[in-house]
Amino acid sequence: MEYHFQLVQQLKEKIGADSILREEKSNWNPNEYILTVRAADIRKICEFLKKQKGFLWMMDICGVHYPEREENFEAVYHLYNKDNNKRIRLKVPHKEGTKIPSITSVYKAANWFEREAYDMMGIFFEGHPSLTRILCHHKFVGHPLRKNYSATANQVLDAPEVFEFPPMPPPHNDHEDILTNQRTVLNIGPSHPATHGTFRWFVELEGETIIRSKAEIGYLHRCFEKMAETHKYQQLLPYTDRLNYLSAPMNNSGYCQAVERMLGVTIPLRAQYIRVILNELSRVIDHLVCIGTTAVDMGALTTFWFCFRQRENVYELFEKLCGNRMLTSITRIGGVYGDLDEDWKRQCRGVLVTLRETVEEVDKLLSNNKIWLNRMKDTGVVSKEMAVDYAFTGPCGRASGIDYDIRKAEPYYDYDKFDFDVPVSTDGDNFARYYLRLEEMRQSIRIVEQALNKLPDGPTTISNPLVVLPPKSEVYSNIEALMNHFMLVIEGIKPPKGEIYSYSEAANGELGFYIVSDGTGYPYRVKVRPPCFPIYSSFEDVVQGGLIADAVATLGQFNVIAGELDR
Amino acid sequence: MKTLTPLEQLPLFTTQIKAFINWTRKNALWPLPFGTACCGIEYMAVVGSHYDVSRFGAEVVRFSPRQADLLIVAGTITEKMAPVLRQVYEQMPEPKWVLSMGVCASSGGFYRAYHTVQGIESIVPVDIYVPGCPPTPEAVIQGIMKLQEKIAKGDTPSQRLLEKKKMAERSSDQVQSVAQGDSH
Repeated sequence: MEYHFQLVQQLKEKIGADSILREEKSNWNPNEYILTVRAADIRKICEFLKKQKGFLWMMDICGVHYPEREENFEAVYHLYNKDNNKRIRLKVPHKEGTKIPSITSVYKAANWFEREAYDMMGIFFEGHPSLTRILCHHKFVGHPLRKNYSATANQVLDAPEVFEFPPMPPPHNDHEDILTNQRTVLNIGPSHPATHGTFRWFVELEGETIIRSKAEIGYLHRCFEKMAETHKYQQLLPYTDRLNYLSAPMNNSGYCQAVERMLGVTIPLRAQYIRVILNELSRVIDHLVCIGTTAVDMGALTTFWFCFRQRENVYELFEKLCGNRMLTSITRIGGVYGDLDEDWKRQCRGVLVTLRETVEEVDKLLSNNKIWLNRMKDTGVVSKEMAVDYAFTGPCGRASGIDYDIRKAEPYYDYDKFDFDVPVSTDGDNFARYYLRLEEMRQSIRIVEQALNKLPDGPTTISNPLVVLPPKSEVYSNIEALMNHFMLVIEGIKPPKGEIYSYSEAANGELGFYIVSDGTGYPYRVKVRPPCFPIYSSFEDVVQGGLIADAVATLGQFNVIAGELDR
Repeated sequence: MKTLTPLEQLPLFTTQIKAFINWTRKNALWPLPFGTACCGIEYMAVVGSHYDVSRFGAEVVRFSPRQADLLIVAGTITEKMAPVLRQVYEQMPEPKWVLSMGVCASSGGFYRAYHTVQGIESIVPVDIYVPGCPPTPEAVIQGIMKLQEKIAKGDTPSQRLLEKKKMAERSSDQVQSVAQGDSH
């Protein structure tokens, strides 16, 4: 509190007393502070916070539309200071059409986030290098997340976008070689094996070296955030699965955690442990797919078979518990739906043994493999400064030397009771990312083992009738339970009016949910902070000057998942 | 030393050339996985070591549409992606088939939203729909087997179209030869 008070005083002295319109405390997070600021001063405030106060991380930018207010739009910024674990949320209310100073000159990560806010909400950022659409297609008219845009108003596109680089003077080299003496413009994707389905880059090559590149995303923009506004809180759960579909349970638990924090409920310990087990298992299989598919792109098909064989075993566990292999949706707001029995635990222990074997096998197959080393070492290097500027979190950030893991920094779900290490590397290249993922898998297996051993008894959901459905046996035999069931399904869970930014450590980094509630059963606004969105926004910078083949390895090791990138 | 069975002792059977060609076509499907989302990952599991779609002769995955005859649309198709899908389909040689994997590709699924195509049949003709979100690998394999049955019968639209084209060519040849005969 003291810290925040001082910070606001300093801000008022430096920027001007009238630039801060309102100060609030976060109702659940003691480390977070909320400031409502004047639109014209946002860049100065960000500059001050970054340079003087150590808020080096720009986690998220989003817009919220309030049609009934006079200042009907709000841009929301989330900043983070790793040194003392403080967060600041800056809210900038403004009238439609007002130009807000862009903060891309302060934080590089702001580039794509501002483009997204423009695309979705129509918020203009003055001074942005190219404020164009990012998720919707280039002929889209209107801004879909505004409240007056219908969720079902499709706009058909007839032909894919053709991109042209701005002209540049020809290369000045004396080579006779025609390959290095002229530039080639190449379009890669979106249907290309190395782009994993939905990414598209335009690259300009000199020989095989990338001179300029442009990454285009949005080919899997399936409107998660609009769907969130048209569904109730509990109905949104299956949609969250399909954000990062490689590790679906983590998105479930991240979303449920956000709503639970809003409601102010704590789930039973047993439910927390079940979530930990599912989360860590899915972290392992997420990393397995990442390594396996990168290996395929590098030409090592065997690793892929090894990884996918093991993934099947974990899928079997999920299927046994949830009924679905991949997109489990087993987490509920207020707990988990299923329960682990002895048989499941026994099978899980067996799977852990084979998982550990597979990790070692992959280690043996790749870590000393000459081809793999040549392809991965010193390619796609991201320095620590660059990683911070682009708001890297998760394995990619830790591979660049950022010692940040939310499980350690702000333990949730009893993560502080488990004995595990957070691997960190300072190399920042593709090999570091790969090796770090191997080590993370080992640590995750350790966590699952401990959680299985320590799994406490008790209920798996809270017994609040306003949050959790009564058990089916009650519903069929008891009129109160039936009415409770009916009301909860029809009306939905109603978190109190307010907003929350809740975050958890997903397989790729910080998965944040910014939820605005207006007190009804439907969320007013849900913004996901996908961990790979800022990571992928650095891609153009990272691959510049490298070989095009190395860009493929870099993309593989960034582990960009289209589902959460485009939402 | 024993040799292979001499040719004259081989059991002979007669068949139509059409049936033989369809038999070869059904057992050598070369899929192009147009995987965009969750279903794409599940398709990897179908190809992977556990389910192994090569048992059904459909494992030679080709990412070039020129080399593929089965387009597997695995995942949500958005409005931005739709023209790309059309282009990929048009680049494939005849005869070609489309398998729509999962509800997103088949009908838009639960994404009734402004940027999601509500079913790919508005872009490409579909031969087999596989339901599920995502479908289990067993379901995908069943879809491939159903498609093989259709191909063996020769009653997929693509095959019929090819047949019609050939007939038209043949009849135009005949007309030409008749016309030439008249002139002499």
